Amino acid sequence: MINLKLEGGEEFTPPGVKDFNLPPIVEGLDFLTKVNLLVFLAVLIISVFFIAASRKASVVPSKLQFSGELVYSFVRDGLARDILGPEFMRFVPYLFSLFTFVLVNNVFAIVPGLQFSSMMHVGFPYALAICTYVVYHFVGIKKQGLGHYLKGIAFMPGVPKPIYILLTPIEIATFFVVRPFTLGLRLFANMFAGHLLLLVFILGGEHLLAGSIGLQLVSPFAFIMGIALTFFEFMVQCLQAYIFTLLTALYIAGSLADEH
Amino acid sequence: MTGSLNVIGYGIAAIGPAIATGMIFAAYISGVARQPESRSVLQPIAFLGFAMAEALALFGLVLAFVL
Repeated sequence: MINLKLEGGEEFTPPGVKDFNLPPIVEGLDFLTKVNLLVFLAVLIISVFFIAASRKASVVPSKLQFSGELVYSFVRDGLARDILGPEFMRFVPYLFSLFTFVLVNNVFAIVPGLQFSSMMHVGFPYALAICTYVVYHFVGIKKQGLGHYLKGIAFMPGVPKPIYILLTPIEIATFFVVRPFTLGLRLFANMFAGHLLLLVFILGGEHLLAGSIGLQLVSPFAFIMGIALTFFEFMVQCLQAYIFTLLTALYIAGSLADEH
Repeated sequence: MTGSLNVIGYGIAAIGPAIATGMIFAAYISGVARQPESRSVLQPIAFLGFAMAEALALFGLVLAFVL
């Protein structure tokens, strides 16, 4: 890395992968890390919010009920019904929990005091991606039968025979390797890169404060940039939760369709 | 000055998916602008294409860290 040593100051160490390795909160309890606690906190927040929002449901909704129904109808109408067609109701619970879980966990990354998301550790997005992987293959096999389902993947109908030499390996790789791989990685990489970006500006701004008067005058711009990027990150987090759910719905829809 | 050439390679490799993403959304926007009611049909297609193009950038990111 570039050496950014200031005169008389300590050396600047650029933020890197090491900033994501959070030690256990209590020594000796390896499972009790901030990352794990945030997952439980997310589950708690989502459960409490939606139970409270749906408990006293009335025809004229309260603000709480309205906001809960807004999220629900966004997933049910905007994602599930438009993409999955007539059978969409079966998949709404899965899509809805996926969307809220990813969204709340993502937004933890910019909540002051927490400022870390479990989705920045590659294991959590991949656990979700594996769930989706199992669901869409299971749905496809159940709907079409194993042989017919695999045939639909490997030999897409309506294609000239010689093209299969090219198409079959690509389709098999897409369905069994690329889709789950990129689904988990996309979420992880966006969260990881976003956190790294914020670290660069905030830690860089802090480091500039230790420099000469000229550098100190520049450092507010680094902090302003950090704040602006925090709002940009919020947009990215919502978008990633949306894309994760959208792609899950699209993959399930692909398995449900009789003809590819 | 020390560092990893991988990151520069990743920067160059990201040009392709960046152009692809731009073209996908340009087509989506002009499609919706011409026929606003086609929005709900075009949106999943646009995002699926975007996801595929972005997958290439993500492969590059992984290789930049792994190699």
